[in-house]
Amino acid sequence: MYQIVEKKVLNPTVTLMKVKAPLIAKKAEPGQFIILRVDENGERIPLTIADYDREAGLVTIIFQIVGATTEKLNHLNEGDYIHDFVGPLGVPSHVEGLKKVAVVGGGVGCAIAYPIAKKLHELGAEVHSVVGFRNQDLVILEDEFKAVSDKFVLMSDDGSCGEKGLVTDALKKLIESGEQYDEVIAIGPLVMMKFVCLLTKQYNIKTVVSMNPIMIDGTGMCGGCRLTVGGETKFACVDGPDFDGHLVDFDEAMERSSMYKPFERHQHEETCNLFKKEVQA
Amino acid sequence: MPNMSLKKNEMPVQDPQVRNHNFSEVALGYTEEQALDEAERCLNCKNKPCVGHCPVAIDIPGFIAKIREKDYEGAYQIINRSSSLPAVCGRVCPQETQCESKCVRGIKGEPVAIGRLERFVADWHNAHATEKAKAPESNGHKVAVVGAGPSGLTCAGDLAKMGYKVSVFEALHLAGGVLVYGIPEFRLPKAIVQKEVDTLKELGVEVDTNTVIGRTLTIDELFEDGFEAVFIGSGAGLPRFMNIPGENLKGVYSANEFLTRVNLMKAYQDGSSTPIQHAKNVAVVGGGNVAMDAARCAKRLGAENVYIVYRRSEEEMPARREEVEHAKEEGIIFKVLNNPTEIVGDEHKFVCGMKCVEMELGEPDESGRRRPVEKKDSEFLMDVDCVIMSIGTSPNPLIRNTTKGLDTNRRGCIITEEETGLTSREGVYAGGDAVTGAATVILAMGAGKKAAKAIDEYIRSK
Repeated sequence: MYQIVEKKVLNPTVTLMKVKAPLIAKKAEPGQFIILRVDENGERIPLTIADYDREAGLVTIIFQIVGATTEKLNHLNEGDYIHDFVGPLGVPSHVEGLKKVAVVGGGVGCAIAYPIAKKLHELGAEVHSVVGFRNQDLVILEDEFKAVSDKFVLMSDDGSCGEKGLVTDALKKLIESGEQYDEVIAIGPLVMMKFVCLLTKQYNIKTVVSMNPIMIDGTGMCGGCRLTVGGETKFACVDGPDFDGHLVDFDEAMERSSMYKPFERHQHEETCNLFKKEVQA
Repeated sequence: MPNMSLKKNEMPVQDPQVRNHNFSEVALGYTEEQALDEAERCLNCKNKPCVGHCPVAIDIPGFIAKIREKDYEGAYQIINRSSSLPAVCGRVCPQETQCESKCVRGIKGEPVAIGRLERFVADWHNAHATEKAKAPESNGHKVAVVGAGPSGLTCAGDLAKMGYKVSVFEALHLAGGVLVYGIPEFRLPKAIVQKEVDTLKELGVEVDTNTVIGRTLTIDELFEDGFEAVFIGSGAGLPRFMNIPGENLKGVYSANEFLTRVNLMKAYQDGSSTPIQHAKNVAVVGGGNVAMDAARCAKRLGAENVYIVYRRSEEEMPARREEVEHAKEEGIIFKVLNNPTEIVGDEHKFVCGMKCVEMELGEPDESGRRRPVEKKDSEFLMDVDCVIMSIGTSPNPLIRNTTKGLDTNRRGCIITEEETGLTSREGVYAGGDAVTGAATVILAMGAGKKAAKAIDEYIRSK
């Protein structure tokens, strides 16, 4: 059992938790993930590590409430326990040797992009961060990003904060203005990563994306997280989660991620109804 | 006077048309009368060929003699001296190719039903024994075991009985390895596995779940933490695919994924939050025990038609005879001498068919089995909405990639000394599927046993 020592609501659908897991905190690197089960009959879901404190033995996760499991997780409070919490899994992001990088984050993907930006900043790289959200209410980690970025651009779909438009618009502008990046790191919804890659391909800038497919064990056992990269089948859990974005078959990944959509929707509704009943009772 | 019947006492089983709709155990176990009657068939012969063909060398005539005396706990204690998991082995061991294959009674008629008797004894113990296993006095030495599957649990049990302080590190949230994620409830109830694990805990074995060696901790860190030896029993968990078009369509599973969802995550129960596809027509590709398990699970989840698609003939199937028979009784359709060439998807990228070709058997290949050769112009389409690939697994690379000086062969299996399980690293031993590639539960247990003995000798000689 793993105790939640801090919980922070970042926006109406995104929550941060710091979880006591000293062995994982000791080893965790940006880009890696954990797998958790909220309770005894829970499913196993992967979440990327957003931050870690080796001394205090804490691992930070940031998650969006999208289904039954994240709904249940969000109902836990400081002092409560998560049933299972295992990691750090996956290969850490390669950040060594990079001098100038554009870090692009979309929505809750910013939670994954932030520790990478932070690590790059610590290593002395010039970091340009481009982050996008649907609207002002959903913005997370703005100050954190600013603190580790040499340039920071905030985008919103409706213009309620930052500039109106997509992250690809902002990235394009930066590249067109003459910024030369060793690498672009893009983390967010699959469709966002796909379009960032289509853009950077035109300029021939190496682009790394972080894939977060459906997974069970996270150690290479089930193969459920497989995706096609450069025509070859890869397992996101052991070969990734970072991949060369110009080689990833995003259309296939989007299809695969929708495998259990009807089941998930049903489970989520049931869970919400259950919590509503609890509130009424 | 021994019972000279040429036939074994038959195992009572659930009716096939009932059991293919539930996940309760198929084989119901001998009654006391049946066990006593069967025990009388053992001649207690001098040579004991059965013992020599048991990978963990259980004193088989010894425990059967105790059954005849109705001393079932005594029988259990005899088995327990050699095996840490009697209730498991009585159910999943391929006795027909091991102990029972050399039984003198098998020369004329059927061999003694050793496996069924072992199961009877273990179940009797689990139902009646009140005394808990006692932890022996500690010898002050610490040993780490990686993986809580059959080889790891056996190694841990043997070392604990010798007084070692053993910690087992398990990547999943539950101990048992393939016994909990792979073998289905209807062949091996999970409560039985849990009971065996609990017994080990009573012996003082510590089980750390949610700990991935190679990620959370490395082998080197285990030595830094004061463990004097390490046993690696991490299994062969990496699923293989055929590399044919359409394998990433929705509705294509590895047998590992399908079985893990069903068994470990209990996706067949209403209360589970783990989803699984409830398909109508399922093709399971492969002919091993895992393929039979997957097919029978798919049937129980409500599929109308479940096919075993295998490229050789039924004779070459690696699955146990009994599993094949059980599958057939439950209505699994065998399509042998057929090989998939492509999985076809609909406009939403869900599986809607599988293209196959017919095969015929040619000259024997390096495995000694006749090589399947494609028949010309024999392509046909199967109407399926789910495909489960059950064509084998390879060892997981996590440990070999994070442990310096650990030699592996070109298939990624850890290289060990046959008799001891010693790897190329001092103090590091290995056994089970991580060494052999996918094999059986009992072979893994045998390897765990040998390694426990070698680890004891190694630590005492230091």
